[in-house]
Parts: sequence; structure tokens; C-alpha cells
Amino acid sequence: MATQPGEVEAALSRRYDAGFVTDIETHSLPLGLDEGTIRALSALKEEPEWMTEWRLKAYRHWLTMRQPDWAHVKLAPIDFQAISYYAAPKKKPKSLDEVDPELLKTYDKLGVPLHERAKLAGVAVDAVFDSVSVATTAQGQLAKAGVIFCSMSEAIRTHGDLVRQYLGSVVPQGDNFFAALNSAVFSDGSFVFIPKGVRCPMELSTYFRINAGHTGQFERTLIIAEEDAVVSYLEGCTAPMRDENQLHAAVVELVALARANIKYSTVQNWYPGDENGKGGIYNFVTKRGECRGDDSRITWTQVETGSAITWKYPSCVLRGDRSVGEFHSVALTNHYQQADTGTKMVHIGRDTKSKIVSKGISAGRSQNSYRGLVKVEKGAVNARNHTRCDSILIGKRCGSHTFPYMEVKNPTAIVEHEATTSKISDDQLFYCRSRGIGEEDAVSMIVDGFCKQVFRELPMEFAVEAKKLLEVSLEGAIG
Amino acid sequence: MLKIDNLHARVAGKEILKGLSLETRAGEVHAIMGPNGAGKSTLGNVLAGRPGYEVTAGTVTFDGKDLLEMEPEARAAAGVFLAFQYPVEIPGVNNTYFLRAALNAQRKARGDTELDSMQFLKLVRGKVKEMGMTPELLNRAVNEGFSGGEKKRNEVFQMALLEPRLAILDETDSGLDIDALKQVAEGVNGLRSPERSFLVITHYQRLLDYIVPDFVHVLADGKIVESGDAQLARDLEAHGYAWVRERTPTEAHA
Ligand SMILES: Nc1ncnc2c1ncn2[C@@H]1O[C@H](COP(=O)(O)OP(=O)(O)OP(=O)(O)O)[C@@H](O)[C@H]1O
Ligand SMILES: [Mg+2]
Repeated sequence: MATQPGEVEAALSRRYDAGFVTDIETHSLPLGLDEGTIRALSALKEEPEWMTEWRLKAYRHWLTMRQPDWAHVKLAPIDFQAISYYAAPKKKPKSLDEVDPELLKTYDKLGVPLHERAKLAGVAVDAVFDSVSVATTAQGQLAKAGVIFCSMSEAIRTHGDLVRQYLGSVVPQGDNFFAALNSAVFSDGSFVFIPKGVRCPMELSTYFRINAGHTGQFERTLIIAEEDAVVSYLEGCTAPMRDENQLHAAVVELVALARANIKYSTVQNWYPGDENGKGGIYNFVTKRGECRGDDSRITWTQVETGSAITWKYPSCVLRGDRSVGEFHSVALTNHYQQADTGTKMVHIGRDTKSKIVSKGISAGRSQNSYRGLVKVEKGAVNARNHTRCDSILIGKRCGSHTFPYMEVKNPTAIVEHEATTSKISDDQLFYCRSRGIGEEDAVSMIVDGFCKQVFRELPMEFAVEAKKLLEVSLEGAIG
Repeated sequence: MLKIDNLHARVAGKEILKGLSLETRAGEVHAIMGPNGAGKSTLGNVLAGRPGYEVTAGTVTFDGKDLLEMEPEARAAAGVFLAFQYPVEIPGVNNTYFLRAALNAQRKARGDTELDSMQFLKLVRGKVKEMGMTPELLNRAVNEGFSGGEKKRNEVFQMALLEPRLAILDETDSGLDIDALKQVAEGVNGLRSPERSFLVITHYQRLLDYIVPDFVHVLADGKIVESGDAQLARDLEAHGYAWVRERTPTEAHA
């Protein structure tokens, strides 16, 4: 994967180039949250009664909960009454042709292929702008294969039974503080259903974009792969630069039935705040996949460069016998960013396997923590886990922390953990420079080498994007 | 081509080079010998621009330009190459990719067009043949898990590909087996040309049997204390550095 000359320089001078605001008329709910807000939200979305009740139940549960404080992050208290829980472009499009041209321009700027280009690229795209999904492409072609790929709002209206059956079955409403909040107020997100025996004919992809100020984004994604189904799903995220902190609290649920295979990749580039730590997205996300059937497999791959604070642990519940969970992650923090990420692998079935590869890169004054839990239940005979956790530090003012937890209740389990921490050494830098490679490029190259193992897991276009993102995010990391 | 005049340099607050002067012209091969800790690697590092090596007095010009003013990458682009005594490992960075990035960075800095991957591969294939390089090493990460000798050969391969105008070889012969030594020497001899000059740092006469130098210098305690032709290296081999030290007081001030 060769970087074109000049690309790096361009990337480095680009800073956070997703940081523009789109001038578009939005319809939002007033700030604040109570049962009335939830009813209003549900009514706006023309939801069935059961959905409204589901939300209210979650809300009531949420009221009894407290914001967690155990992650290795510093966080000012969030005022949940100062957030608008719904913002949507005023004109609701019926089809892609009716989508506000300003909006299409936005996605163009972000490099999201929404139109025919998407089809050419072999990717079906759903785009979520603030609280609503604005366009889902390639639905026709997918429908032919029996695949359902649409916004969550639409799924609630048109595939209510499926949603009702699976929603909250992996991440229960009361799972944690932010999941409960999400269950109460989630606005939109993507819904994917791959029926028995179907291999999804193209990559599915969603781009999330927060545009409006003072809004939170609470999207909900649900992916179901029935027996022998195969799907690869990509998620990308950006937000404008704003001085205030904005909240993003998503829930993603994956269900893999027998022999199904779900690959979920994320390139997360929420606005991280400026170099003084002002502004940025608070990214508190609950992502969990359940290998419900025997011989199923779920793979999480993520490249995280954005957000002021990230709190996120994509997890796998390995219920089916011989099921496999994998987690591959690159988390980069710069300036004043704080990331507390990792994974949970819960082994329940026999002969279940999990693999964790985590690469943390810290620069500036950032704090980057890996928190991982490997849990082996009593019945998980012959469970295997291998964890590899590497961190690299750039400069002297950043921190990297590793918190591995293990809970093993079956004596036949083998759980292995390896961890390394290194610095980009002056020797490596000088070696590159003495060969003619400039300092910034040398750092990118060394970091890229460090992340190779994870990048290999990403679909091709995403790997290129991820690499560029790292380069941009490392700007000003040295010196 | 290279003119070093009264160079003083410190590392970690300690003066290592203490008034070193040396001049090389295009086409010449200069061997530098001297006891451990004399400052030979320090000289190489100062010339290549390693951060932390502080020049406190003296001048170095390269093709008439002030070399000490230039960033390391600019020196590389100008044609200075240092084959490291201890080459560095860069995990996960493909060796061929690294070479291409280096060559293109240099070409770009010089205002030449960069090579695309086809052109580059062709160039590499030619050099692999010429230098007797193990192609497998090119598909691995830079120096990662290379044996000592393989690292040295990789340095020489980089040199062959980058075609510098001034190549500084810091003990490139140590750690090489007999066949590899011959191959490396042949590689260097193949690169000898009227436009290129070499500074060959070595402890062993053996290398100089293959790469016959135009000049031999003895570096001791931060200075050049004796200079001569290829015969000087043979005398050193026979008598040791004590022999130079006895002669130094008179010759150094002559
Ligand atoms: N970073 C450093 N900190 C302290 N002392 C240093 C440092 N680098 C070099 N020196 C000292 O400088 C002196 C010269 O070192 P240099 O590596 O130049 O010697 P050399 O002539 O190349 O020796 P050798 O033949 O063993 O390679 C040595 O005494 C060494 O210990
Ligand atoms: Mg040395």
C-alpha cells in the first residue's frame, strides 16, 4: 500500500478537514429530556405504540442509574438537560433525488459515495445526518438478494417484528448508563438483516455525521445474520469543529446465528477538540455482538483517531459452541484526547476462541488506555484466548495504560496475554531521516508499521483511509 | 568534495572530536582506522546530522555548501549516505517500501521526478542481481530479525540503490562472513566512480585488501593523527596503534 508522494504533506496540512458546518434548515426538539420529550420524539418518527413504551421503560430505568466513573478518563459532568435529543434536516427526502443538495455536497466533501458511484464501488451506503438517516443507496440490488438494509426508523415501521424480536436482545436496556439513555432517545441508525444462507453481495456502509450544535447523537444499529449468512459492514464518523463538547452515545447490536459471519469495521474520526483540548465529541458507545449459533464468527475491527473522550468496548458473547470472536483495534490519541477502549470476550460455549489485537498510539498530552476483559464461564470447555496489546508513545507528555482483566471459571481454558510498550525511538527517526525521509513522514511510516497487523483486517479502501487519518491525526505530534 | 576543518563536537556534554580536519575529493576512497572509542562513529554521525551531536567549533563543507546547516534529510538528498555501524530495526515497515520512500523523497528534494512502482521494481531487480542481495530480505520489515551480517548487507544494498555521492561506511565489514565480505567489497568497488567518494571506517586491513584505499587516516582521541596511503594500514596491522602514538607528537604538529 504505497502512499502517493505529496499525499502525506497534503494530509498533514489538512488538519481536521471534516470540521465544516453545513448550512441547512433543521428541525429540532427543544433542549431537555423528560417523558414528554420521548413521546414527542416517538410521535415525530411515527412509531408504533410498542416502541414508545419500550423507550419509556428504558428512560425510567435510566433515571435510576448513575453515570459511570470507573474509566480512566477525566470528564466534566454532562448536563443532560442542555442537549437537544432530536435534530433533523427539515425537508424529508422521499428518494435520493430529493435529498437536499447541500446535504449531498456535505457527503461529497467527506468523500462518501452516495450516488451511482457507490454502486460502482460495490458499497451500499446509509448516511445518518444528525438524528436521521437521509439516504440509503442500492436497496434494490440488496432486496433482490433478500438483504434488508435500511434506516432503523424505517425498519421499525416496515419490519417491526424483526426489530421487536432482536432489539435489546444483545444489549439490554439497562445494560449501562449510556445504553439506557440510548434506548430511551435513540433517533436513527442502520438496520441490517441477512437471511439464511445469503452472502451479502456488497459491503454495507454507514456514515454518521453530527452537524447541528447542542445536539446529541444517539444512533442505534442492529445487524442480524441468520444461519450461514455472511456480511461485512463499515462505519465512518465525522463532526464539525465546535467549541462545545457534543455527546455521541450509540448502541450497536450484532446477532450471528449458526455458522454466520459478521465483520464490523469502524473508522471513527469524530472531532477531537483543538490542540488545547477545547471542544470535541464525547464518544460513549456500547457495541456488542452475540455469536448465538454454533460455529459463528464476529470480528470487530476499529481505527479510532477522533473524539475528545472515547469510552468504548466492542464485545463478543461467544454462546454457540466453537464460535469465534475477534477484536482488532488501533486507537490513536493526540493533544488532550482521552481514550479508554478495549473489548470484552465472554466465552460460554465449548471450544470457543477469541483473539484480541490492540495497538495504542499516544502523542501530545493524551491518555490512551486499553481495558480488556476475558471471561470464561463454567461450561466453556477448551476455551482459548490470545490477547496482544502493544502501545507506542510519541513524546514524553502522553500516557499509555493497560488494564487486562481475566475471569476464568473453567480449568481447561487457555488464556494468554502479551503486552509491550515502546517509544518511537530517536534512532528509528534518525535512521529514516538519514535516508532522506522527512521527520513527519518518518513518524507516519513507523506508526503505520506498528499498526500493520490491524490494517490488514480492514477492507482495502478503509485501510487506505485509516492510514491517511493516522497521518492527519499525528500532525504536530513531534517536537 | 568534503572538507572538514578543525571540527570539534560534543556528545552528552563530552568533547569527542577535538579539532579534526580531513578533505576528500571526488573519486577517492579514504579509510579511517583507529582505536575503540576514538570518535570514528561520532564523525559519521556528525556528518549525517544526528540530533544530539553538538558541533562546538570548526566547519564542514560539502560541494562548497555548509553541511552543518542542513537537516539530515537534506544531507541525504545532497548525496551523503551513512551505512550504520548498528542498523536500526523498523517493525512492520516493508523494506522495499522503505527504500522507495527514501529514494523518492531524495529525488523530490532534488527536483527529479519520482519513480512509480514499476520503474522502481525494475531498478531494484537490477540492483539485487548486481549486489548479490537475498531478495527475500526485501520482502521483510526493515532490518527486523535480520542477522548481524544481513543488516550490514542491507545497508550496502541501500547505498547501491540510493547512489550517494559521499558514502560513509561505519564498520560495514564487521560481522560479515568471508563470502559476504567479498561480495560487499565487490559492491563497493562497483560503485567506485570519478564522481563518488568513500569514507571507509574499519578495524581490519582485510577489507582494505579488497577495497584498496587511496588514503588511510588514523583517528585517535578525536583527531586525525596520521595519514598515508594503503601501506599505512599494513604497517598498523603489523605494529598496532601504540606505534602511531609514539610517532604522533612530532608528526601531528609537523
Ligand atoms: N551518547 C553518548 N553518550 C556518552 N558518550 C558517548 C555517546 N556517544 C558516544 N560516546 C562516547 O564517545 C566516544 C567515541 O565514540 P565513537 O562511537 O565515536 O567511537 P568509535 O571510534 O566509533 O569506536 P568503535 O571503534 O568502538 O566503534 C566513546 O568514548 C563513547 O563512549
Ligand atoms: Mg564506531
